[in-house]
Amino acid sequence: MSMVSVLAVDLPYWAQSLLRVLGGLVAVLLPAGTIVYVFLFKMMSFMQSRLGPMEAGPYGSMQLFAEVGKWLQKEDIYPERADKFIFKLAPLIVLASTFLLVAVVPFGPDAWFTNFEAGIFYALAVSSVSVLGILIAGWASANKYSLLGGLRAAGQLIAYELPMVLAVIGVVIQAGSMNLQDIVLAQNAGSIFGWDGLGNPYVLTQFVGFIIFMIAVQAELTQAPFDMPIAESELVSGYMTEYSGFRFLIFFIGEFATAGVFAMIASILFLGGWGVPFAWFGWTDMDSVDNWMNIVGPLILFTKMMLVVFVVMWVRFSYPRFREDQLQRFAWKVLIPISLVNIMVTAILKVAF
Amino acid sequence: MTMLTDRQQLSYIAAQAADARVNLELETEGMTLNIGPQHPATHGTLRIIARLDGEQVVWAEPSCGYMHRGYEKLTEVRTFPQVTALVNRIDWLGSFANEVPFILAAEKLMGIEAPARAQHIRTILFELSRIANVSLFLGDLGVQLGAITPVFMAFRDREYVLNLIEGATGGRFHPNFDRIGGLKDDLPAGWIDETRNVMKKLRRFCDEIEDLLFGNEIFQSRTRGIGVIPRDVAMQYGLSGANLRASGVDWDLRRDQSLPMAWNKADWKVWTHNDGDSFARCWVRLQEVRESTKIVDQLIETIPAGPVMTKVPRIIKVPEGEAWVATENPLGEMGYYVVSKGDLGPFRVKIRSASFNNMSITPWLLKGVYVPDIITILASLYFILGDIDR
Repeated sequence: MSMVSVLAVDLPYWAQSLLRVLGGLVAVLLPAGTIVYVFLFKMMSFMQSRLGPMEAGPYGSMQLFAEVGKWLQKEDIYPERADKFIFKLAPLIVLASTFLLVAVVPFGPDAWFTNFEAGIFYALAVSSVSVLGILIAGWASANKYSLLGGLRAAGQLIAYELPMVLAVIGVVIQAGSMNLQDIVLAQNAGSIFGWDGLGNPYVLTQFVGFIIFMIAVQAELTQAPFDMPIAESELVSGYMTEYSGFRFLIFFIGEFATAGVFAMIASILFLGGWGVPFAWFGWTDMDSVDNWMNIVGPLILFTKMMLVVFVVMWVRFSYPRFREDQLQRFAWKVLIPISLVNIMVTAILKVAF
Repeated sequence: MTMLTDRQQLSYIAAQAADARVNLELETEGMTLNIGPQHPATHGTLRIIARLDGEQVVWAEPSCGYMHRGYEKLTEVRTFPQVTALVNRIDWLGSFANEVPFILAAEKLMGIEAPARAQHIRTILFELSRIANVSLFLGDLGVQLGAITPVFMAFRDREYVLNLIEGATGGRFHPNFDRIGGLKDDLPAGWIDETRNVMKKLRRFCDEIEDLLFGNEIFQSRTRGIGVIPRDVAMQYGLSGANLRASGVDWDLRRDQSLPMAWNKADWKVWTHNDGDSFARCWVRLQEVRESTKIVDQLIETIPAGPVMTKVPRIIKVPEGEAWVATENPLGEMGYYVVSKGDLGPFRVKIRSASFNNMSITPWLLKGVYVPDIITILASLYFILGDIDR
């Protein structure tokens, strides 16, 4: 049962598919736009003792539309010696990985696009597809800065993929499932030593895993202090240097949409996802959850996502960046050993309790 | 085929040699990266030609002159009072400090000295321009390292200092206020109270930057042990200012030479650091801002009464002779060698600007560092393009 079959009883297949595509667009673009306005435009400005955009719409809330309009009008420039086909393909690959990622995110008891058993495995796998886009963007631009940025991005994203997977394994062991719906269920229907007032959000038990996951997310999103691939002050804009107009817009949306989707996955894995503790309403399992959660659930998930993105952006705006070799050393020598220990401890405790 | 200049040929040969060395060891192909002339890190039009092996610099050379404005030549067709308007634009962040050594040189040739009140106010404005200059450096340092917030704090607090300079001189960036024999005007009413408040704000700014940037582990790991200049090398390359003091040389022209200025009337300290790395250079500058606020605080309390201008003829003719005056400017030692033939204007002026000499160490310093460290090292050497290409 999916969202569409709940809301409208008997839709033909094409209408269901259309609704899914539109829902996917909303689920990617709405968080991205909100994140850009709330955090990139406003929070960053307030942290830096300025007001940010104030002219376009009330408190500058229409600024993003103005920016999009500006980008769409710009000339579509590509370098003379660029490999034109893959140059144009690269931003689409980056954005596509975001759309593939959102496909497994559950928004409510019945509100999901797909719901399959190896959900988190799939999510971690498709999230690495964007590396491909970034790498070929760096290579196809025929620009030395882009090339350096692309290579740095490839090295960094692959290095931080590993601690991310290892951090998730702790959650998977505890929930006993790779299905994201089951992970949400296990947290909200769970209890802490018999007390179920909060459920059992894994941020409490998998605290180390949560920290590692957030650091890895920061690196995967190439936000400061891990923004070496972009590094405005040295590589101009890294792999994005040669992109302008619509293609830059796609990269830009992709960056913040991915931030949103990763934050959703983080809140599903560690903060209980779309659910509230089931004990509050006397629910016991997925079937007993009331139908109105299909409407409220996405809002709850959205709120949790904004909290997680707030942390990501807060760090981004205050820290200087690591050097390439330092962040590699940090991934391999610090994060991976800690996450391996975390897995071991989780497994032992799982068997013990 | 175009003819290569000697320097270009030398660069080409060095690049080939660097390539050959890379190929011998690793069978890889080197890459020449032109950092600049238009690049966010060079804040101006400096060009660094770097030969890279992967991310490592094998050979690097700065290429200057993209913004050369010929000030030394231009001074020859101007009268002495007109020159200050030119030299304002050399180090554009601390403009007033550029005027002072030239005016002092002219005064030396004429054998006059500004009244005590003018000397005091000159020193205060000199230190204010140092604060305006170096506080922006402290913010910009964050941007070079990827922290985007400190620069806005720097702009916010520099604004107070610029307002002070504007209040006293009428110009925010290019005061053009210093005259042969004194100053154009006296200080406006209420300026001293305002200065007292602003100095408190600036000291708080220094504390904020120290917390936010200097205490940060990432900042330290990016700057400590990076771009180390030993004491003797720093002296050989003719570094000056904070770059020299960060290498452990206790050298500050404000203290070490006697000029008709008021530095010796205040109690302050010359900070040095023994490490000689990027962190030391930044740290010495941070302490310098603090010391400058102390100097200003003490001097505004003790400004003597009297005129701000001695008697000088309406048309200034400087007698024949040669004079060299250098001062400790925000960027380092800045001096003017003025040759006069007894005319209205100078016959020849040689400008010794600090950044030009400070940049000369980059080929030695950048050898073997990684690309991200180029930016850290350049930021910590702290140059202003106008100061390199006069």
